Amino acid sequence: MRTWLLLAVAGSALTTGAQAKDRKSEPASPPVVVQVPKDPWPSQYKPYPGQTTVIRGATIYDGAGRRYENAMIRLEGGKVAEIGATVAVPEGARLIEAAGKYVTAGIIDIHSHLGVYPSPGVQAHSDGNEATSPARPEVWAEHSVWPQDPGFSRALAGGITALHALPGSANLFGGRGVTLKPVYGRSVQEMKFPGAPYSLKMACGENPKRVYGSRNQLPATRMGNIAYARQLWSDAAIYKRKWDDYTRRAEAGTAKPTDAPRRELNLDTLAGVLAGEILIQNHCYRADEMANVISMSREFGYKVTAFHHAVESYKIADMLKAEGICSAMWADWYGFKMESFDGIRENIALVDAAGACAIVHSDDGNGIQRLNQEAAKAMAAGRRLGMTITPEHAWTWLSLNPAKGLGIGDRTGSLEPGKAADVVLWSAEPFSVYARPTHVWIDGALMHDWGDPKRRPVSDFELGQPGVGEVK
Amino acid sequence: MKRVLLLAGLAATPAIAAPVAITGATALTGVGEQRIENATIIIDNGRITAIGSGLAVPAGATRVDASGRIITPGIIAAASDLGISEVEGVRETNDAGARQSAFSAALDLSTAINPNSLHFAINRMAGITRAVVMPGAGSNIFAGQGAVISLAANGPTVTRARAFQYVEMGENGARLAGGSRPAAWAQLSNMLAEAARLAANPAAFDRGQDSGSLTKRLDAEALGAVLAGRQPLLIHAQRASDIREVLNLKARYPALRPVLIGAREAWLVAADIARAGVPVITHSLYDLPDDFETLASSRNNPGHLQAAGVTVALGALGGIGGTTPVNLPGYAGNAVAQGTVPGGKGLTKGQALASITANPARIFGLADLGTLAVGSRADVVIWDGDPLELTSTPVAVYIDGAAQPMRSRQTDLANRYKALGRTDLPLQYPR
Repeated sequence: MRTWLLLAVAGSALTTGAQAKDRKSEPASPPVVVQVPKDPWPSQYKPYPGQTTVIRGATIYDGAGRRYENAMIRLEGGKVAEIGATVAVPEGARLIEAAGKYVTAGIIDIHSHLGVYPSPGVQAHSDGNEATSPARPEVWAEHSVWPQDPGFSRALAGGITALHALPGSANLFGGRGVTLKPVYGRSVQEMKFPGAPYSLKMACGENPKRVYGSRNQLPATRMGNIAYARQLWSDAAIYKRKWDDYTRRAEAGTAKPTDAPRRELNLDTLAGVLAGEILIQNHCYRADEMANVISMSREFGYKVTAFHHAVESYKIADMLKAEGICSAMWADWYGFKMESFDGIRENIALVDAAGACAIVHSDDGNGIQRLNQEAAKAMAAGRRLGMTITPEHAWTWLSLNPAKGLGIGDRTGSLEPGKAADVVLWSAEPFSVYARPTHVWIDGALMHDWGDPKRRPVSDFELGQPGVGEVK
Repeated sequence: MKRVLLLAGLAATPAIAAPVAITGATALTGVGEQRIENATIIIDNGRITAIGSGLAVPAGATRVDASGRIITPGIIAAASDLGISEVEGVRETNDAGARQSAFSAALDLSTAINPNSLHFAINRMAGITRAVVMPGAGSNIFAGQGAVISLAANGPTVTRARAFQYVEMGENGARLAGGSRPAAWAQLSNMLAEAARLAANPAAFDRGQDSGSLTKRLDAEALGAVLAGRQPLLIHAQRASDIREVLNLKARYPALRPVLIGAREAWLVAADIARAGVPVITHSLYDLPDDFETLASSRNNPGHLQAAGVTVALGALGGIGGTTPVNLPGYAGNAVAQGTVPGGKGLTKGQALASITANPARIFGLADLGTLAVGSRADVVIWDGDPLELTSTPVAVYIDGAAQPMRSRQTDLANRYKALGRTDLPLQYPR
């Protein structure tokens, strides 16, 4: 089946018109079907050159829950080529002796505002909340991302190899999130994780009702939050039906390209969710509100991929397991607002122990630099409650689980042959406060080396500013 | 009700009881790199009466075997909102700042400390035994007078009321003073000048002869303590140029005891700060240029300051997401790690521990706190591992010699929900 992407209205009309004319003389040619493009702003990221590298003698947490002692790993062609007790060392490969050190899968932060709330955090840089309507699913975080945010370099130095930049939580529907590599580019397109699905940021609770209630408009209450969202999902279902109906008719040759429905950018996003192509990342603190969202998702036939912040996930961990919903959590943030009042340090470990998907997230330009430390605290809290949690298992909270939550778990998130060589070498056991990443590879390219200033990026903003040469 | 629960869980160890001898642990005293193996610490009447390796346990003393454990002084949170803010975002529970108040320097936080705050137990269990409670500036660059408090379950809570005055300079000060740094410095100069006039001639001030006065009498009175050097003045400043201006204050007000707080760019002027003898309260994790006054932020800051001879304390300051006193040992550990990075400047383990114990005590003039020494108040923490490690936790906490309950609202919630599922009654019944 031949399809036409509606890249530009005028161009598309001309092309489809010509096609329609051709069809009269060639009855066998396929019907023209106008489609909503799935990826109209594709990634232009290209991995930087990497050298075949073998790390020898380290302890490895592979990110999928496995631990290798005194092991070897080979990075080649941007991928993990081999991992185990011994691996082949090709001629010309860089050999890093790492006895006593640790290798892990790169850390993936599923909840960041780098780029959309960049440093310095002046009003002119405040691009994370399109707080002009409770529903702005038409806005995309990538269109706010400032690729020169100094925070990307700090995240990289903390062992981050992918991050999800999200709109804020002022709106019930905040807009689309984008998965990025902390690799500086001149455009956001050059930082986009190739082929990563879009997400839709949603929010429950206090923020939307406070922002809009204070303007004396819907939603001013939690029930208003749900009512507003349900109406929009209902509208999205109608929109999707229109497109599905048009597509069926066009494929049958009974609809003209000009019969295609008008694209509504806000509903495009929601229809993408209903079609299972766009993942819901839902800011939500309280257990009862997460349960309400789950009911709403059932009513309208979509799936929540992850609840974010989720400080009360421990109260409904069994439900989250049954629903297959991840929780992206802090280790110990609590009590700063009413809906975070019941936050406990055991949250992550309790969610994990229930068999639900646990993720450590940052939501913070500083926290993203030390997600390993957040996981360490969560692991320790779980142990104090009597759980057995190995460090190699806890590393899944930092890599494979967030990779799955972003729909990129088949490509990164664990050190397995054929997956991306997104790798961190640590100076010490990475759950120790004394550990720091010494080397960070992204797609097999060495993007950070703590001992080599030439392998430590400096954003345009910081160039020529006070403290530019200082180790951060 | 909460109070009763806490006491119910508390071992019967009132401050005045039989002496306690903690034995067999490694004591990190907070004094330099001092480390006492197989330490015995004798606590009597709320004080440390003896400390040394393998001391004899006095007859009648209760022996606490801490073999294999680490003992440190209680952690002192050099900046916190403990006891004055229950839920930061719920205004009626938050007494840190008063945006609409007619008063500023006179505001006395000790009048608002709530020892029943649920945060006390949470922080205490993490080894925090004392906290410096900071006011937040609301209507004026002067925020008021902060307190030093004890987190002991059964008090006494206020260790020192009106322990210091707090003033905002830099970007915040500029905003509060009407829009510029010069406006902030003018406000500071004027208020201190009027405080001086009040101190010199109260009757004239009261008769209104100082007709140009912009300062309320209570505020001027409060600032008298600052001018006389009876209270340290905590000055929030970040940019190197703002810090230099702060250092110049000592020439104009000789008795002033300035303490820099925040001080992100202090490392650029570390030698000047050291020469002026001004201590610094900062954070070990600041490394983003998140404002124009913090462009040179680096995690090397505490290390550079320490090397220059400045007294450095770490506080649970803002600008770091989720910052909390609970994480102070981890912040100190990170300052050690910074020294392992090529080109990094860190603290030794002893310096790092001192930055959350001995140094805050010194900065606030708390002579009998912050170290494990004979005569000190017995704020003692027994840890299950390296106290600066993220996975370590206190197994026992003593404040003024009293063993503290190791239970909080958070542990109650965790225990309530650790086994989910339906039983005879909802989960909300057992407690």
